Amino acid sequence: MTVSRIMNAKGRTVPTRLFGWEKAFEPYQGPFTIVEKKPIRKRASAPMRGYLPGRNKVAESLKKAIEASGLSDGMTISFHHHLRNGDAVLPMVLDVIASMGIKNLTLAPSSLTDAHQCVVDHIRSGVISRITTSGLRGKLGEAISYGELPCPVIIRSHGGRARAIEEGSINIDVAFIAAPSADREGNVTGAMGPEGCGSLGYAMVDARYARHVIAITDNLVPYPLVPKISIPQNQVDQVVVVDKIGDSAKIATGAARITKNPVDLRIAKNAFDLICASGLLEEGFSFQVGVGGASLAVASFLREYMIEKNIKGGFGLGGIGGYMVELLREGLFEALFDVQSFDASVTESILNNPLHIEIDQSQYANPFVDCMVNLLDVVALAALDVDVDFNVNVLTGNDGIIRGASGGHCDTAAGAKLAVVLAPSFRGGIPTIKDRVQTIVTPGETVDAIVTERGICINPRREDLLERALKANLPVKDIGKLKEEVERLTGKPKTPEFDEEKIVAVVEYRDGTLIDSVYARKR
Amino acid sequence: MKGARIYRSALYIPGNNPGMIQHCPYFGADSVILDLEDAVATTEKDAARKLVSLFLEALDFSDTGVAVRVNGAHTPYFEKDLWAVVPKAPDALRIPKCESPQDIKAADDMITEIEIQCGIPKGKVKIHAMIESALGVERAYEIAQASPRVEALTLGGQDLLADYGVQKTKEGHELFYPRTRVVSAAKAAGLLAFDTVWTDISDLEGLKKESKMICELGFTGKAAIHPSQVPIIHDAFKPDCKEVQKARRIVESSKRALSLGIGVFSVDGRMVDAPVIKRAEHLLKLAELYPEFRSNESQGGRCDRV
Repeated sequence: MTVSRIMNAKGRTVPTRLFGWEKAFEPYQGPFTIVEKKPIRKRASAPMRGYLPGRNKVAESLKKAIEASGLSDGMTISFHHHLRNGDAVLPMVLDVIASMGIKNLTLAPSSLTDAHQCVVDHIRSGVISRITTSGLRGKLGEAISYGELPCPVIIRSHGGRARAIEEGSINIDVAFIAAPSADREGNVTGAMGPEGCGSLGYAMVDARYARHVIAITDNLVPYPLVPKISIPQNQVDQVVVVDKIGDSAKIATGAARITKNPVDLRIAKNAFDLICASGLLEEGFSFQVGVGGASLAVASFLREYMIEKNIKGGFGLGGIGGYMVELLREGLFEALFDVQSFDASVTESILNNPLHIEIDQSQYANPFVDCMVNLLDVVALAALDVDVDFNVNVLTGNDGIIRGASGGHCDTAAGAKLAVVLAPSFRGGIPTIKDRVQTIVTPGETVDAIVTERGICINPRREDLLERALKANLPVKDIGKLKEEVERLTGKPKTPEFDEEKIVAVVEYRDGTLIDSVYARKR
Repeated sequence: MKGARIYRSALYIPGNNPGMIQHCPYFGADSVILDLEDAVATTEKDAARKLVSLFLEALDFSDTGVAVRVNGAHTPYFEKDLWAVVPKAPDALRIPKCESPQDIKAADDMITEIEIQCGIPKGKVKIHAMIESALGVERAYEIAQASPRVEALTLGGQDLLADYGVQKTKEGHELFYPRTRVVSAAKAAGLLAFDTVWTDISDLEGLKKESKMICELGFTGKAAIHPSQVPIIHDAFKPDCKEVQKARRIVESSKRALSLGIGVFSVDGRMVDAPVIKRAEHLLKLAELYPEFRSNESQGGRCDRV
């Protein structure tokens, strides 16, 4: 296959076709260009399957279920990553598939975590030949970065993945859904069970569009599954009972603890001050925040402010951690919309609190539906590194190895009225602000400010925000000057060497265009 | 006061912690104290000394004052500390366990020698004398007067209480006498006066009460051991808005009176003399450190907004 390359609107060279993939790609043209130009997309649909009364959906074993699904060479399988570092289902399923001699599969999980390092072995043995995911880490990230998979990985944001499934760019043949609780007819939820993981927002889209859906549970409950059903039985073909689907304690490293790290606190305070100065913190405002040290601290400053000023937020969105649940309990938000729970303790809330609402990946961030990120007032995001044009990389490390995930980063940045990126000005002696990030995941035109402990850099596109920040006496710094200031301390880091002939991954923007390429790291 | 600058807070940073030192100008403290003494284990003394010396050269501290707490004169590290640090001209050295004017003079002589050898203007590196023994408390004024290099007296509560053989209480009654004594000696000598640290970093409410109390006693600043303590201390020193506005009227009237050659004048119906003007000028300088007093809105007289 001839692979031609083209320069996109960010000045990055991207392919128009990818080795091993049928789909042709358009280059990135701007955050909303495609949505504005071609707002209508056809929706793919899953086939219906008729069942006779009295059928038994509970399979004897995982192997029997896979056989019954009709899975064969060259098909596409999907998984969710709601159990994050505690997931045992993906490794279990891939082992059985490998033992059945099925090869050449496309792996299309919502993301891959540290629990999924076994994928490397299945690439080497030919079970997996193509991957599309939000992120890659550890040994797997290294293997991909050094070019072990001939077909480039397609990195998709959460909104982008939902779009790709709904439009048929990802055609899931068999969706394997780790189910913390299920009944014999295939009703499923993550809000109950010993390995409860909260929302099943990513899996909900898979279940709706996959040709065949297998729920895998370690907690089969009598029919019907009450009081909550996240994925209904009419979207599930088989149920498999296993000893253990994973370890929900590994979903998050800790509950709602606010950092005491002085640098993170400084960054959070600067970010919070900017959010205050923006004028968006009014009755009914909407908010999304990550669970990292600095991000969570922003939420704690916000909490104090809301109590002091007697402000009630409209809704909190996104990955929901324990701290946001506390804010909901305190009545500081009207509701939480939860596509992914970052903390096993959240399950109790999603089960019992009707104001804590489970949403799917498409409702969360698909740019071709009326998604909720478009309603966000403020999002506080993290970054691996950023550049002087405000582009953000959350995927490749300073060594050029893939070690992160696109997640909802570009989705929320595009949707929110104020997208603030928090990062320390340097990590491990390497500056965070670069002339040019190695990999663009979120384009600078959707990022309003980069906030570090050394100051706040405001995107020149946001003159209004700059004016407000200066009026509030915030420590505003020109991003180029801050970069120089940090480099005086750290020096300028060497960039890793890449084989630019070989693309190991492409970063798809949420609208389906390619925003950047990741090249093979030279050994 | 001799000190031209206001240091409401002095944040201790362990001298062997590069991760903290590299960010220390951004924790919001008016000054930082790079600590070579109690925060550094014996085995780390050499490394910390080198590290602090390198950072003094490389790091831009911007507007943040920089002091280094060296090891005491009775230790084998004192001379080495001074020779490593003084050539990099920090704003001040914090000298522990000062008990007599001789302690100050000895440190002064050595600093002077190093300044001369390194071509640093004589007297540039100030001394912040730590009073942390009963004897030091009793000789506070003599210590304050021992050298023009002394810029501040600073109370070291932990060692002092050990010397007294009493426990620290939240109320701080046990430190009432040394605090007032140190403040009085510092004021008599025209120096800054720093209070000791609040050691319970999780009890910000306790810190708030103590900070308010030491402000009322006349301290000009307080040491901190964690960046989260800094805003609490600054808040305690925040002047009342109405007082700031009155100070503005006093200073403006004094300028007008000076230009008209009027010796005595009144503001708000009360006579204004030199000490009142001096206090008003100090208050305005202090107010400048608070963003709410710097904004245009607060100049006009709406105290409810600040």
